[in-house]
Amino acid sequence: MTIFAEPENPAPGPEAEAGASLAASAGKRALLGVDAPLRLDSGATLGPFTVAYETYGTLDSLKSNAVLVCHALTGDHYAASTHPMTGKPGWWGDLIGPGKVIDTDRFFVVCSNVLGGCMGTTGPRDTNPATGRPYGLDFPVITIGDMVRAQGLLLDHLGIETLFCVIGGSMGGMQVLQWASACPERVFAAVPIATAARHSAQNIAFHEVGRQAIMADPEWRGGAYLDAGTRPRAGLAVARMAAHITYLSEPALHRKFGRRLQSRDRLGFSFDADFQVESYLRHQGSSFVERFDANSYLYITRAMDYFDLWEANGGSLPKAFEGTRTRFCVVSFTSDWLFPTAENRKIVHALNAAAANVSFVEIETDKGHDAFLLDEPEFHSTMSGFISSAWAARQKAVRG
Amino acid sequence: MSGAESIRVDLGVIAEMVTPGTKVLDVGCGDGALLAWLVERKGVDGRGMELSQQGVNACVARGLSVIQGDADTDLADYPAGAFDYVILSQTLQATRNPRLVVEQLLRIGRHAIVSFPNFGFWKVRTHLLLGGTMPMTSCLAEPWYSTPNIHLCTIRDFLDMTVAMGVSVERGLAVNGDGASRPIRGAGRLANLFGEQAVFQLARG
Repeated sequence: MTIFAEPENPAPGPEAEAGASLAASAGKRALLGVDAPLRLDSGATLGPFTVAYETYGTLDSLKSNAVLVCHALTGDHYAASTHPMTGKPGWWGDLIGPGKVIDTDRFFVVCSNVLGGCMGTTGPRDTNPATGRPYGLDFPVITIGDMVRAQGLLLDHLGIETLFCVIGGSMGGMQVLQWASACPERVFAAVPIATAARHSAQNIAFHEVGRQAIMADPEWRGGAYLDAGTRPRAGLAVARMAAHITYLSEPALHRKFGRRLQSRDRLGFSFDADFQVESYLRHQGSSFVERFDANSYLYITRAMDYFDLWEANGGSLPKAFEGTRTRFCVVSFTSDWLFPTAENRKIVHALNAAAANVSFVEIETDKGHDAFLLDEPEFHSTMSGFISSAWAARQKAVRG
Repeated sequence: MSGAESIRVDLGVIAEMVTPGTKVLDVGCGDGALLAWLVERKGVDGRGMELSQQGVNACVARGLSVIQGDADTDLADYPAGAFDYVILSQTLQATRNPRLVVEQLLRIGRHAIVSFPNFGFWKVRTHLLLGGTMPMTSCLAEPWYSTPNIHLCTIRDFLDMTVAMGVSVERGLAVNGDGASRPIRGAGRLANLFGEQAVFQLARG
């Protein structure tokens, strides 16, 4: 079925036994937190732990051209390379590559799987050294701050002191904001896209629906499904279906599906997938469970819910960026109701109040939140202009 | 003025008022022509605000820091005293609350530079007097039903507002279509008749 742009590699992976296909991920790995474990926001410690990552391009001799790409909730480090499980091109393959917006002839691009993920970085699916069994719910709750600290250790490991640019959409944008706030001296330019400085009540609510769907599946087994050799497929699929609706927009759904019927010319008077939109969502759900771990979904959604840069700065967002010398480009999309323009504008206002160097554009599109993953020429041209001009300034700063 | 040929004549007059190396916000900066000129030639730390996506994209692509926003509503989000100069060129007459906008400019900046088409210009007066229809000139190019201009004023009207606001006028120039400018003196009666546009530099009173 090819009736919709599928930005997050949703093609069905090969049918596999419980967990088997998830273990097939490849890519580069770094063992971090060996000397000292990572201290998490929860107070727990983790380490040593593994971070899976990909790189594109070459680090220059001054180590000045590194770009960190941060992925969204269900993304991974295969930003510009073929996904080993789905065989689909990278989720930002349109943007990253030779001569593209993030030009790998110029930049050394790093993208790592987030802490708590299920594509090679340590997460709840991995073996708990204390028990010899998968962590499950014994995995510590992680935050966006923890994800960024883990990325920082990866950059240390790669010998990268400062980033030319950190860039990402949605949860990736939260990581960008966290980077710019926590380590401003390591970030020359920052591009938070379709994101928020704190997760809204509505978004926490959507996440809770997803988590409850997973936990209501008897196969979830209190989080210990891997021990039992099973997986909460139905629960995770429903979580994905509900979430996927929030990534789109009413006009986009109407344009792509309307009330058209799927493989039939009249209503079936049953609960089969009569409508194309039902069939599409079912496909989204069933293909997602082939590549994603249910407990990872719980942990990563929780990390987003906990993100609040206001709270972290005594109720003042401008404080998060006080004295910053990073140049920012904030991007939002008109039809994005998950991370609407108003949320992105709050970031811009705070940056203005902190006298930061900030640009902001709202891109006109009907494609909803997912627009940041899709071919949006205005978005790409804005990014290209910002990155090129920031790179010129970076070179001046490095050589001058 | 060197390099002024690369920007519109009225923008050149504004550019001349800005002290090099200062911090400048251009409100309604369009495609960023003036801002880019000020950054490149006068070494200012320049920022912009622009309503149209097209304009913002053009600015960002040329390396300017510009946010998409509306002078009527979004100036309130800037902290006080953040800029040396806040520029509002050919936009005041299209705002919903010009007095409030000028107040905001002077809250955000130490100086405000404001330019607007002068409705007291003799051609405008004669157009209405003799023609009996709404004036259209090079500065007022749209017919009444499609113009964005909702708060047109004359040079004397503007000066009256500065008095009412207790704002000090540091400089005033009447500018013609060919870029010739002359200082606005006293009550501005002559300038009000012969100036096609006006450029004022204001400061808090």
